[in-house]
Amino acid sequence: MKLTFAHLGDYHIAVKALFETLGVDVVLPPPPTKRTMSLGSLNSPEFACLPLKIGIGNYLEALEMGADTIVMVGGIGPCRLGLYCEVQRQILEGLGCDFKMIVLEPPQGRPDRLLRQVRDIIGAQRISRLFDALRLTWSKLTAIDRLNKITLCLRPFEKRKGDITRVYEASLRRIDEAASPKEVQAAAGNARDAMKSVCKTEGRIGKAEDPLAPRIGIVGEVFMVLEPFANCEIEKRLGEMGVIVDRSIYLSDWAVEHVIKDAFRIFRKSKLLNEMAKPYLCHFVGGHGVETIGSTVAYANEGLDGVIQVAPFTCMPEIIAQDILAKISRDLGIPAMTLVLDEHSSDTGVLTRLEAFVDMIAMSKCRRR
Amino acid sequence: MKETIGIPRALLYYYFYPAWRAFFESLGRTCRVSGKTTKSVIDSGIKVTVDEACLPVKAYHGHVMALSGECDNVFVPRLVSVERKAYICPKLMGLPDMVRHNCRDIRGIIDPCIDMSSNSWAYIKELYATGRLFTRNPLKIFAAQHKAKQAHYEFVRLLQAGLTPIDAMENDFRPSHNLVSGQDKSVRRPIIGVVGHPYIIYDSFLGMNILDKLNVMGAKTVTMEMLQPTTVQREAEKCGKKVFWTIGRRLLGAGYYFLRPGTVDGCLQVSAFACGPDSFISEFLQQESARSKRRVPFMTIVVDEHTGEAGIQTRLEAFMDIVERSMAR
Repeated sequence: MKLTFAHLGDYHIAVKALFETLGVDVVLPPPPTKRTMSLGSLNSPEFACLPLKIGIGNYLEALEMGADTIVMVGGIGPCRLGLYCEVQRQILEGLGCDFKMIVLEPPQGRPDRLLRQVRDIIGAQRISRLFDALRLTWSKLTAIDRLNKITLCLRPFEKRKGDITRVYEASLRRIDEAASPKEVQAAAGNARDAMKSVCKTEGRIGKAEDPLAPRIGIVGEVFMVLEPFANCEIEKRLGEMGVIVDRSIYLSDWAVEHVIKDAFRIFRKSKLLNEMAKPYLCHFVGGHGVETIGSTVAYANEGLDGVIQVAPFTCMPEIIAQDILAKISRDLGIPAMTLVLDEHSSDTGVLTRLEAFVDMIAMSKCRRR
Repeated sequence: MKETIGIPRALLYYYFYPAWRAFFESLGRTCRVSGKTTKSVIDSGIKVTVDEACLPVKAYHGHVMALSGECDNVFVPRLVSVERKAYICPKLMGLPDMVRHNCRDIRGIIDPCIDMSSNSWAYIKELYATGRLFTRNPLKIFAAQHKAKQAHYEFVRLLQAGLTPIDAMENDFRPSHNLVSGQDKSVRRPIIGVVGHPYIIYDSFLGMNILDKLNVMGAKTVTMEMLQPTTVQREAEKCGKKVFWTIGRRLLGAGYYFLRPGTVDGCLQVSAFACGPDSFISEFLQQESARSKRRVPFMTIVVDEHTGEAGIQTRLEAFMDIVERSMAR
């Protein structure tokens, strides 16, 4: 069995570690490129959302490389993500591909069900290795998230443009190679020091050294926020413009919310975000709609200088959020911009809009002082 | 003064208006439905919504604005789910919030949250809370609920008898479509299965009168509402995973049924630009059509606010030509 899965930011490192520790062969699709995008959008329904199209592109490229099994998450709606598995399976079968698709459905209070699905993939004899594999995966996942957080805070203060990105990528390779949680910890610690050393100020991470540096929060649909290829590397670009970026979604938090707490039906943390969103949107709308609204309100209360919502074109929950975002922006006085992206979005177009938004924020910030 | 309740003639008005009217009227209120969709209704809706919203949602906003000066309250239900473990559409779940923030001069909004996805207790409580707005007597609310239910069942019965929702609600139960006078009885008229959300195909402006146009061209039209629910349900199960949108699943079932050779002579899907569920339903239907050996002619028409009458007419004529050719074979 040669297993493959779609890309999501840098998290393929963690997922790969999970399956490889369990003794499953993994064929990693090549990092998404223009070709991935055109393969995907050629073979997908026109009005499907971007994550589905990039996923199809990933699978086609992985199947070319010899993969024969696809792992995909399921869902219970009302967001379209829950039906991705079926649409993608039918599209790929229609193209004459030979593969097997394994769908991991949300456990919904039945952790045993999740376990049984995992056992079907890896076989019963390897289940004893599951604990170690999960431990390694979790350490890689949290290490990637921690590094990301540091990158977002430090990038505006790097000595030479691109230094932080270089250090970050080198550290990712080291995390990828690490074979035990201890090695992952060491790699992450080294990366942290290396990043500090290429920065102008050696102050504490997370504190805004320059009070004039604008702080912008990023909200929106999970895939679009987490996948730099899909969002035209918005975090890197903002950072290089001197903006401290705050991202509202990290996969490790998301996993705790949606897999672990869902499996055991524990009170969810996002209740807090629901409370914050209540004056504007008082019912869940699928996907990340309520979280987008809640995070925007939270950012406004924290005193951030602006919020950027990224959403794929035709995303249903984000359209509702986008509609309401203008009202929050008016009420709480936080500038908000929505970037709706699809396969036709160009880097230059996005860059121009980002520059205009950042200029506007910087100007009003200067005026206020 | 007797309060009037405004009901926008858009979205699920086409399914639940008889029930809503029975409910409010038995509680002593009068219902006022907004006028037919026109260019100006849509334009006022487009002005207040974001570009990305789909056409039916934009039209809904237009209808709400048209009602705002005419009645005391506007009924904008939050229709989350009408059956277990299935939803309607995310946009309908956020509709009252969108309307509240976009249409600022609206006086009162009645927005019960109708959610039967997990249990019916929440639904009963919500119904009671809505009734309490008008009366303190729980028995009256119960009676109103009962009347609404009966009105809805009667409506569903009429639909299955072959009436369109418009006929069953407005035209005094007289079928208005599929009647072509002066037609030679000996020639078999092609039957076209039309798959589309009710708020598009029955809205004469949004759906560009597609049903009437087909009738004029000599075709008989069949829609999802006229099929037996059990047939639709059984067909929809052919899909590898349960489709979790109630209307989407029924559309899929109807589409699968129409694509079966021998049921209809052509299958036409009508969807709105950027409709989320329809993008997947249409892919499922295309894949099914590509798999089947004897193909039923299948076409998808996407409508939006820029759709022109002449463009639709041309495409329908071309489609009918293909249908007639495949019938002759």
